[in-house]
Amino acid sequence: MKMLNVALPKGRLGEKVYAMFEKAGFECHSIKENNRKLIFENEAVGVRYFWVKPSDVAIYVERGAADIGVAGKDILLEYEPDVYELFDLDIGKCRMAVAAKKDFRDNPNHTLRVATKFSNIAQSYYASKGRDIDIIHLNGSIEIAPILDLSDVIVDIVETGTTLKENDLEVFETIVPISARLIANKSAFKFKGDIIEKIVGSMAAQTEVSK
Amino acid sequence: MNTVLTNEEQVIFNLRSVYESYGYNRFKMSKFEEYDLYARNKDFLISDSVITFNDANGKLLALKPDVTLSIIKNSEDAKGIKKVYYNENVYRVAKGTHSFKEIMQVGLECIGDIDGYCIAEVLLLAAKSLKSISEASVLDISHLGIVADIIDREAISADVKSKLVKCIGEKNEHDIIKLCEEAGIGDDCSAALCTLCNTYGAPKSVLAKLKSMSAVINPFMLSELEAVCLALENEGLGDMLHIDFSVVSDINYYNGIAFKGFVESVPDAVLSGGQYDRLMQKMGRKSGAIGFAVYIDLLQRLEVADKKYDVDTLLIYNEGCDIAKLLEAVATLGKEGSVSAQKQIPDKFTYRRLIKFDEVTEIENA
Repeated sequence: MKMLNVALPKGRLGEKVYAMFEKAGFECHSIKENNRKLIFENEAVGVRYFWVKPSDVAIYVERGAADIGVAGKDILLEYEPDVYELFDLDIGKCRMAVAAKKDFRDNPNHTLRVATKFSNIAQSYYASKGRDIDIIHLNGSIEIAPILDLSDVIVDIVETGTTLKENDLEVFETIVPISARLIANKSAFKFKGDIIEKIVGSMAAQTEVSK
Repeated sequence: MNTVLTNEEQVIFNLRSVYESYGYNRFKMSKFEEYDLYARNKDFLISDSVITFNDANGKLLALKPDVTLSIIKNSEDAKGIKKVYYNENVYRVAKGTHSFKEIMQVGLECIGDIDGYCIAEVLLLAAKSLKSISEASVLDISHLGIVADIIDREAISADVKSKLVKCIGEKNEHDIIKLCEEAGIGDDCSAALCTLCNTYGAPKSVLAKLKSMSAVINPFMLSELEAVCLALENEGLGDMLHIDFSVVSDINYYNGIAFKGFVESVPDAVLSGGQYDRLMQKMGRKSGAIGFAVYIDLLQRLEVADKKYDVDTLLIYNEGCDIAKLLEAVATLGKEGSVSAQKQIPDKFTYRRLIKFDEVTEIENA
């Protein structure tokens, strides 16, 4: 039997996603054991799961180490991997937004300084508005950039907005809503299409029920 | 089978003989091209970074990032069909990196008054190319005209159009629905695009479904698609054929039939091609063209199990031994596999058996 390789994002979202795979008939009980293993397989149902950093899921799938995986739309927009985006799981919902200090007023005469982890998303968003910007790529704690006057605004993921509020920042614009997506390697889809379609069908049914 | 050839070399050898048998002549070209050619057609290139340098006379040249543009540049509108194939290296920036890569490509171009036969022949050669790489292969065929025809009926911006095409390429039905809602696109168009997204597979079933959508799908283009599928099925290649509209190319350059080839265990498409009459027009040609490229560098993934040893026999000799006899011993042992004659065992060197030269002469004398 051909094994289906599935890249799951480490963390709470990954656990939710695994539960959906389990309901679809692709259980792998060893994944629930409390240990540091990263790869789990159930030969009987032909599935192998591995936990990877959420931002790396798309790379594993695009490069064919995983046949399918679950990645946030933010990662897909940022890295633009050449994969199929088969289904919107409607979980892990948040939004990509522009935030700044409450008293921020945009001055179009100045180049806008934008701090972000998502350079590509920020670049295309402001390019579509014809706004001249200076991207400051950061890897974390983006919220402190406007406070320390490193940037005028930030482009980042906003879930509840609590972190922003606690740092005296607020959302000025929403760029795009984000949720988790089921992605597939294009070549793997040609040769394991039946099993992938079965999973998509079950995920769609589960999402419909939970609505 | 010649075991000295690597998998890629064997594939190149096979492809060249298939193309020659259909009357395609080899097009040999220089590694360099005037940079201006790429500057004028930047969007056509897969990556827009090009290695440039100044020729001795100061002219700006580039290491070829693409072969098709050079072939068109060297072709004229003339009677008959120009059929050529190539086997060249191109130089591109690998995706996700900032460094250039040398990529070996084999491909063919068919230039002139392209008709149904030319399209079928090129697709047949694409299918045969895939078969010569692996039996487990799939040729996805699409018709860009069908997609463009549906999208062009709506008065929407070029940006929304290209987003919709991207979604079709991703089989991303959920975002097509959202985009159509946001752009005020009619339900008929939205539903048709979703159908193109989720209808794929064996030509028979896909064509039957598409025929039932005659209100939105151009019947002439559909019959063009059907004709090539029937021709390939007739050649016994039906099993590897899929109609799949996720094969999308830049509609500013490509039109009509587009296709991609996949083989099991290789994560990317190993073959890509299509009809590019629009590129021909942009380059001032009246004739049409269709062609494809096979990305040989991707075939490394198919390499049969790596060699377990550096050499079959390691022959150790002492300095001052009889050189003529040593050469003779190497030739004799070479009949059973590779031989490396050394004075001592090299570091990190693996071998199937080790023989001392003294022992060989003893054996011979006995």
